[in-house]
Amino acid sequence: MGLLNILKNDRGGQIMLGVLLVITILVPLLNLLVPESNPLHVPTYTVTLMGKYLTLALLAVAVDLVWGYLGILTLGHGAFFALGGYAMGMYLMRQIGDRGVYGNPELPDFMVFLNWQELPWFWQGFDQFWFAAIMIMLVPGVLAFVFGWLAFRSRVSGVYLSIITQAMTYALMLAFYRNEMGFGGNNGLTDFKDLLGFSLQEDSTRITLFVLSAVALAAGYLLCRHIMNSRLGRVCIAVRDSESRARFMGYRVENVKLWIFVISAMLAGIAGALYVPQVGIINPNEFSPINSIEIVVWVAVGGRATLYGAVIGALLINYAKTYFTAELPEIWLFALGGIFVLVTLLLPKGVTGFIDKLQQRKEAQA
Amino acid sequence: MMTFSIRHIFRYLLSCLFLVSVLISSPVMAADDSQSLQEVSQLLIDGDFDEKSRALSRLAETSHPRTSEILQLLSDSQLYYHKKEKQLYIITEYDKGKVAKDLAGNEQVITKKRDYKKVTLNNKMRGVINRIKAELGLNADNPQQREAAVRDLLKDITPDTVTTLKARFFIEESKKVREMINIALAINDLKSSDDVLLSNAIEQLDGSLEQESRSALMTFVSTTESPQLKKQAQIVLKGIEDKVQYYGWLETFYFGLSLGSVLVLAGIGLAITFGVMGVINMAHGELIMIGAYTTYVIQLLMPDHIEWSILVAIPAAFVVSGLVGIGIERGVIRFLYGRPLETLLATFGISLILQQAVRSVFSPLNRSVETPDWMSGLIQINPVFSLTLSRLYIILFCLIVFVALLLVLKKTALGLQVRAVSQNRAMARAMGIRSNRVDALTFGLGSGVAGIAGVALSQLTNVGPNMGQAYIIDSFMVVVFGGVGNLWGTLVAGLSLGVANKVLEPWAGAVLAKVLMLIFIILFIQKRPRGLFPQRGRAAEG
Repeated sequence: MGLLNILKNDRGGQIMLGVLLVITILVPLLNLLVPESNPLHVPTYTVTLMGKYLTLALLAVAVDLVWGYLGILTLGHGAFFALGGYAMGMYLMRQIGDRGVYGNPELPDFMVFLNWQELPWFWQGFDQFWFAAIMIMLVPGVLAFVFGWLAFRSRVSGVYLSIITQAMTYALMLAFYRNEMGFGGNNGLTDFKDLLGFSLQEDSTRITLFVLSAVALAAGYLLCRHIMNSRLGRVCIAVRDSESRARFMGYRVENVKLWIFVISAMLAGIAGALYVPQVGIINPNEFSPINSIEIVVWVAVGGRATLYGAVIGALLINYAKTYFTAELPEIWLFALGGIFVLVTLLLPKGVTGFIDKLQQRKEAQA
Repeated sequence: MMTFSIRHIFRYLLSCLFLVSVLISSPVMAADDSQSLQEVSQLLIDGDFDEKSRALSRLAETSHPRTSEILQLLSDSQLYYHKKEKQLYIITEYDKGKVAKDLAGNEQVITKKRDYKKVTLNNKMRGVINRIKAELGLNADNPQQREAAVRDLLKDITPDTVTTLKARFFIEESKKVREMINIALAINDLKSSDDVLLSNAIEQLDGSLEQESRSALMTFVSTTESPQLKKQAQIVLKGIEDKVQYYGWLETFYFGLSLGSVLVLAGIGLAITFGVMGVINMAHGELIMIGAYTTYVIQLLMPDHIEWSILVAIPAAFVVSGLVGIGIERGVIRFLYGRPLETLLATFGISLILQQAVRSVFSPLNRSVETPDWMSGLIQINPVFSLTLSRLYIILFCLIVFVALLLVLKKTALGLQVRAVSQNRAMARAMGIRSNRVDALTFGLGSGVAGIAGVALSQLTNVGPNMGQAYIIDSFMVVVFGGVGNLWGTLVAGLSLGVANKVLEPWAGAVLAKVLMLIFIILFIQKRPRGLFPQRGRAAEG
């Protein structure tokens, strides 16, 4: 009942989640039950690719929460995503155990290579899944809390906030590139073997990860929708549309911003944690500012402040990216850049806004 | 002068005698220059290392006109010999089909690489070569060369060099060279056991910044047994070290200023587009890149006049980047005024397109832009402090651009209009200012300055499609730190960030220093969200 209540008045969300449900049931069936010779068979590679898209869609929902509903254009959400990914990566590294190239049961290969003698303190505990799972949410959450607490309290807003979020992810990228940081430097973390004892190479593990990504996306979506339906959500919109007025009416604007920002960062961390085992690597490149800006574009293409628009945008752009980088690598940046410009100029409300407008016109005619 | 004792004078007289004998004998030897060269060649080909060294010494003693040339060839390992012909050849590129030249200047093509063998050296011989070179330099016409020659001799002072130096001292006219000889002799005297001589030598070394003086004093301090002399030497050493440290700080400051100038150059165009107009131009870095590529193209167009290419490139880059900027403003940005976040996204899209365009036109690889001769080199102020010319030019260039921009904004009609539109668009329009045109020109000006920054950067780093991205965040940091809409703020912010970065670098490393600077700015913005020099008044409330 609760679920239905959340989705009341959210036709886009109903459709989106419905389609997601169908895909989540259909794709594993088509992969497992339909023989490979059949044209309807979905190869495992495609399943993993779709799982990857779904985690990125969750990331886009997290960005839409703060950009669409709070008006905070974050150019650093890639950092939270990457931190979640690194936390998962650290767990997966510890799971390798003595199967690494150097066969050291305690230290990951890159540490042996750097001649380190013992595990740094911040790697302790990552051999336990529950600990890693907490860290996946806690690390991005704490960073977002500290950053947001400083920034929102001193009323840094608008473009300034965008630029310092970008500086944050840039600084993290530079820091993670350093070997001394203890996160594998340039190469990052890779060569993962298994997760909770299930081999990452197995089809069944991959399908499970895909289903988990879909579940996480649905849960994340429902959580965000729930928040926006609540009183807090209405305050958010008030803050976005007129911050000073909301403040004068007695709302603690900085607290509202802070909590939404932290929740969004945690969602991004979860998305990153699901992304890493499916892609098989995490490196400092994930922190690069361009990645964070790309996320914003997904949301802009799909349509801000709709949540389901973010999902549609992320899937559309990432599918296009996969297609173009494989078929016409030269064209991809032209296309992406062109999408940035055209969407901002011609589709200020994104694809979903465009569809809504068409429908309204139709209704008006009818 | 006063450091010379009677023993010195006696030694000096002896060396004079030696010099006279050389002078008398040399005309006789000069008659058969080619014969002696032939003998030396044979020794270089067949002899062992000692024989080779002696042959070289003899070549120098006879003051053969080609001595320095042969020494240079040896130390550059370009001297070979033909195994069968037993003759020396100069080979600059040792490969089949390349040219070998004998000492008389006759050329022949290398048909078999195996026929030729390099004249080998050992370390002792290299020492001999360096000594002979230095002694030759001691007799050069140019006092600076003579000073450099004495400095080279400091590394390895032997009784022979002492004699040569003393002989030179009395006929030397340049005060600087004499000073340097005195330092050399003092370093030598530190090895003696005569207390007066030692004390004088220590006094002589007071304030000398040469590395050799310092190490000689340090060994002296650790080996001497006389407590009085030890104390004297320690005081002198302390003085020298303080001075070295002082110059070290000065050098860090200089490096910091030059890095800061790069930051200011990169940021100052943005200070106009972002600071004055309020447009977030994420394609700013790409406009810098276009300026750098313009330099590259200009150099391709005038390969014979590289030394002038930079001077041509500066206006060219201004025009090219300025036009691209005006195109961006007219095509995209003007539809997005008042929507900063959308502007940010759209201009970021433009930056991606420009990057890919450069990649498609020029290739994704980095291009190298040549540095004209007049920009390389350095001004040696003293042995521990020198100013690299390229850095000096960057600092000067940055200041010139800054002053020019300031003048444009404060003294010209365009500047007045720009300020009027940025303060109150409606009122400016009411006064008859065509705000559209002003917007385009302002954006063009900021973009053109970015192009000029690109010319400067092309001299410092690789020119490649990604170079813009490397500077965009730095540029924004400088502008935001300095206070938006304030050119002076940009200058102060850029220079101080540059200096702070260079001060942090020695103990934090380059990357960590940068990370620390970013964290510092992030925290600084919390404290003063409007930068170092915030705009005041109603315009600031935006």
